[in-house]
Amino acid sequence: MAYDKFNTLRSTVVPLSAENVDTDQIIPARFLKATERVGFGDNLFRDWRYDVEGNPKHDFVLNDPTYSGKILLAGKNFGSGSSREHAVWALYDYGFRCVVSSFFADIFKNNCLNIGVLPVTISPEFADVLFNAVSADPETEVEVDIDRQTITLLSTGQSESFDINSYKKENMKNGFDDIDYLLNIKDEIAEFVAGK
Amino acid sequence: MEKKTLFDKIWDAHVVRSVTDGPDVFFIDKHFIHEVTSPVAFLNLEKRGIGVLHPERTIATPDHNVPTVDQDKTIKDKLSRMQVEKLREYCKKYNIELHDLGSAHHGIVHVIGPELGITQPGMTIVCGDSHTSTHGAFGAIAFGIGTSEVEMVFATQCIMQSKAKKMRITVDGELGKGITSKDIILYIIAKISASGGTGYFLEYAGSAIESLSMEARMTICNMSIEMGARGGLIAPDETTFNYLKGKQYAPKGEEWDKTVAYWKTLKTDEGAIFDKEYHFDAADIAPMITYGTNPGMGIKINDLIPTTAGMEGSNKTSFLKSLEYMGFEAGESILGKKMDYVFVGSCTNGRIEDIRSVAEFVKGKRKADNITAWIVPGSREVEKLAHEEGLVKILEEAGFELRQPGCSACLAMNDDKIPSGKYAVSTSNRNFEGRQGPGARTLLASPLTVAAIAVTGRITDPREVF
Ligand code: SF4
Repeated sequence: MAYDKFNTLRSTVVPLSAENVDTDQIIPARFLKATERVGFGDNLFRDWRYDVEGNPKHDFVLNDPTYSGKILLAGKNFGSGSSREHAVWALYDYGFRCVVSSFFADIFKNNCLNIGVLPVTISPEFADVLFNAVSADPETEVEVDIDRQTITLLSTGQSESFDINSYKKENMKNGFDDIDYLLNIKDEIAEFVAGK
Repeated sequence: MEKKTLFDKIWDAHVVRSVTDGPDVFFIDKHFIHEVTSPVAFLNLEKRGIGVLHPERTIATPDHNVPTVDQDKTIKDKLSRMQVEKLREYCKKYNIELHDLGSAHHGIVHVIGPELGITQPGMTIVCGDSHTSTHGAFGAIAFGIGTSEVEMVFATQCIMQSKAKKMRITVDGELGKGITSKDIILYIIAKISASGGTGYFLEYAGSAIESLSMEARMTICNMSIEMGARGGLIAPDETTFNYLKGKQYAPKGEEWDKTVAYWKTLKTDEGAIFDKEYHFDAADIAPMITYGTNPGMGIKINDLIPTTAGMEGSNKTSFLKSLEYMGFEAGESILGKKMDYVFVGSCTNGRIEDIRSVAEFVKGKRKADNITAWIVPGSREVEKLAHEEGLVKILEEAGFELRQPGCSACLAMNDDKIPSGKYAVSTSNRNFEGRQGPGARTLLASPLTVAAIAVTGRITDPREVF
């Protein structure tokens, strides 16, 4: 499933400071029943966003009009739990292109890179800086430069670099996915199977 | 000669090529699929105009979303029915072996793989489900993948993966009475934390691990993901070979001897280096229970719930939020708390051994009046054995309700939901907010502890009621 190319992203930030946010919170299991990838954004953080009657909960950040943007700033250990890629579909579908945290769960991070949401791991200190800056001024902007692998708080110029391997980086920049790569080396895979 | 860990040996044997400053192209021996994470992958495949490259390496079963009553009838929930029908349709189209509802080997994917002998030492196994780590109990590299990766495996039988770091967790010594492998793993997770294994692939070793049955080993490997690890494995030994011998898909005759000789080479070399090591003493482990909303929030059942001493910032906020959700106070005892539901099932503890241990405990007793008790076998095979061994009768006499196989209340995608605000003590693997139904409060424990709680109606140390 190809996705939009990831270029330099400049955006305001939605802060979600809770730690250990698992994929059951990002999208509860009962919304995994679709056989097509449509409409998952509506159920992003469903049980935090809406009460049982379906009314928005006003204390949840996605329901707070003060905050918006394409970058989700998340607490430590984001995306733990189930391997459901639906969690990332929901984020993407809602409009997030980048998730920033001081710690990501593994499978979640992989899933992000596979469908074009950039996971940016920063130091806990820089995470604090960003949380403080966003709560002081919700209009504050952050720039994520994938080429230079930097994330910058534009109001102060404070910046940190982040890791991404060059293969995934090229994929993100071009909107490619791994299947394109694998299909290109089909013969080599066939040889491998024959040798097993 | 280079000293290798078991993980290295299996990994290296499956690398088709390594991308410079990128992942490895990693070959997959067996691909398990189910109705929830595969239909979208099939659909994308069709959009690309390609098919399934190795259907003979693919095995399907509907488990996550299926009802656990009236499985012989049409599924009532429209969306669930559509997912199962899609799975059937695609399996037929691409010639994939399907263990459908009601068939002899239907069940939770991580229960039937080992049961059929499909899971074997030295293999690489993936499934669009994080608890694929279960299969590591046989000395296989097994882990969960996302739907994009499911699609990759369909198309090329490979995925792109960077090799994880290696961690060994050694548990030596003997377990006390009333303490099971579920307690070992809950203990380890409480020590290492719900994120302490992130970036690692685990190997469990030591005399306490070696003494475990295959079922008990599966419980341990199953919950590797609850530490954030990619997966966990245990070197195969006689216990493994004896379990597999005679299973439907296990090698037979001469082939068996040859294969076992190979399997015997599958162990970590003496002196091989791990990136991280932990050592635990089995004698320190007690019956464990969780009090919070991630599996790392576990305590010995007779310990107090931790206080916020030493916590600060978002760590403290998250801890208190979790306790508030659970309706518990920091620093209080968890013993004696009244429960509402018990759930025995899932790919963690829904195997025959688990049902035996519950039945043995409740024999001649009755569940407490305040408890609704569900037993959901992990597979048809488990269900059949439970009937044959008279366990079902014992359990029904004790007031337990037996349901048909599936994931059931482990993730509550079907109708088996714990009502909002109610407490459920479960043998499953996740106690996340709402995991067992919106607002449901889950405590994780061993089948034995769950049985003790079913009988007393309150949180009880199983050692006290033997
Ligand atoms: S039983 Fe629970 S953990 Fe296991 S595969 Fe099913 S939903 Fe996942």
